[in-house]
Amino acid sequence: MINEHLPALIIGIPLLAAFATPLISKINDKLRNIFVIGVLGATLCLVVSLAFNVFDNGIFVYVMGAKSTGLSLPSGYRMPIRIILEVDGMSIFMAIISSVVAFFGAIYSWAFMHKETGKDKYYTLLLILTAGMFGMEFTGDMFNFFVFLEITSIAACSLVGFKIRRGESSEAAFKTMVLYTLGALFVLFAVGILYGQYDALNIATLASRIQYTAMDKVALGLLVAGLAMKAGAVPMHMWVPDAYAEAPAPITMILVANSQASLYGIFRVCFTLYGLTISTHTVGWIIIILGILSMFIGVTMALIQKKIKRLMAYHAISQTGYMLLGVGVGLAVLSDANALNSYGLKAMEGGIFHIINHAMYKGLLFLTAGAVIYTTGKRNLNELGGLAHKMKFTTIFFIIGAAAIAGLPPFNGFASKLIIYESVYKFNPMLSIIAMLVSILTLASFVKVFQSAFLGPEIIKIKKEPKTMIFAMLCLSVIIIAFGLFPDIVVDKIVAPAANALVNSMQYIAAILGGA
Amino acid sequence: MIGTLETGHGLWSALYWLLSLAVLFLIAYFIYSSGGKTVKASGDKGKPFLSGNEMSKEETHVKSSNIYWGFTEALKSYYTPLKGEHTGDVNDYVSWFVVVLAVVLILAGGL
Repeated sequence: MINEHLPALIIGIPLLAAFATPLISKINDKLRNIFVIGVLGATLCLVVSLAFNVFDNGIFVYVMGAKSTGLSLPSGYRMPIRIILEVDGMSIFMAIISSVVAFFGAIYSWAFMHKETGKDKYYTLLLILTAGMFGMEFTGDMFNFFVFLEITSIAACSLVGFKIRRGESSEAAFKTMVLYTLGALFVLFAVGILYGQYDALNIATLASRIQYTAMDKVALGLLVAGLAMKAGAVPMHMWVPDAYAEAPAPITMILVANSQASLYGIFRVCFTLYGLTISTHTVGWIIIILGILSMFIGVTMALIQKKIKRLMAYHAISQTGYMLLGVGVGLAVLSDANALNSYGLKAMEGGIFHIINHAMYKGLLFLTAGAVIYTTGKRNLNELGGLAHKMKFTTIFFIIGAAAIAGLPPFNGFASKLIIYESVYKFNPMLSIIAMLVSILTLASFVKVFQSAFLGPEIIKIKKEPKTMIFAMLCLSVIIIAFGLFPDIVVDKIVAPAANALVNSMQYIAAILGGA
Repeated sequence: MIGTLETGHGLWSALYWLLSLAVLFLIAYFIYSSGGKTVKASGDKGKPFLSGNEMSKEETHVKSSNIYWGFTEALKSYYTPLKGEHTGDVNDYVSWFVVVLAVVLILAGGL
């Protein structure tokens, strides 16, 4: 019974729990925390269950409030009109990331937010943000995609400005809100263009009807630019360091997954919605160029940062570049079967594998930064030093996260970067060389953080990090090491199905239109 | 074999890598342990040395801003305009967004 409704439950449970959270807060804070963690734990279990279902049985189509996806007229004409959730390998891959990150974010928040007021609103927004991400990843409808995009945007902006006593937080929330609103407006405009031409909002139906008219090109431009902005691609990245640096650390970790949900939106639009009609080579190159700019400008800006979370935020931009590069190469050779089989699909696997790796190690790094801020009250690296003397666990977790993001073996970042380097090299060696250079600069940047904050004599008084924070960081570290030691299992079980789902857009369309 | 990843061009196994690292560590430890044990860490040995000046440990800690000073100074012509573009002004953020939209529309229009 539950199995039949998994996609709806995965979105619905955190959404309903969000509205129950303020009520439970009235009873007891501890009970509220247990409730939120329990809800996100249960959601994670449901996501895993749905993942097994999708990997075993193929695309899962769920129709809200009905059994059939649409209406059939006596003439035989059939059209999907209902709210449809369509979960394929790529959707469930993204949902796994969102659920893991939200679960550990809630655990970490227990101690991290202990002294804050307004935690009922904090947890409510966290759950809404999580539900919004699931909605973006599962929906088979362009308008619903916009609705969930807006839900995540509103929740994310509120959480960025949550620590309102810091003026910087409010400013960051305002800037993020302006950019998110503009991006969402672009997406809505694009949805309107598509609906006006094809009388449909369903992605599969639109993909089967799209003619690639001049207006479709405008819609494509609006969608790519709007979603790339929210994914943090250069040169539309400037809100990222503001937002990531000012949001509470566990929220920053979830914001990374939220940006990745927008990245998923770009991939869905380019591969599935427009995949049958556009010149994938040119659009692929647009994504590759955005990726290269993000990688290089992100890492060089990170090198000169003095505040720990701003530095890490620039690295988040840089790492997004790797994902864009890998998947962009796959898109660029999508119409060339030989190139696709030779290296395009591998490049996509590398880019997609990097999405989950990035969510784990960047999440861990933001949590270590949160632990540093929590225990010292300082964000500026110039004011830090000798933390390794007292914060032994955080130091070890930081080393693991830093080594993973820098692409050092045997951690997970190395495995995905190696796939990207080798496959992208066959497409264009220069792109691969730039990617390697960016990795070296990433390592240099984290050596700077490690030396200035963790090594040296103790120059400030610090308190020990709480156990729930250590537990969340430990779990992410274990995932990073496990993915690094057994990357083949991750690639075979969840990454390859995600890449195949993007490449085989006809399966996505046929799941709704029945082979039309 | 479990743990072996196909990279598209070759293979990667973190387990073999760790095994190789362990062998290298043993060799390095053997060389290290064969060395002389005459040096004793006492007196002034181990204290910070900065051109003969007496300094406390706290004073010798290299601050974040000083690390890679040479690198950023050498790339001043790259960093000056780049930092100039990161104004923190939301109007500029929106301007860049519109510029990218225009470029993407032009490129998409030419397809």
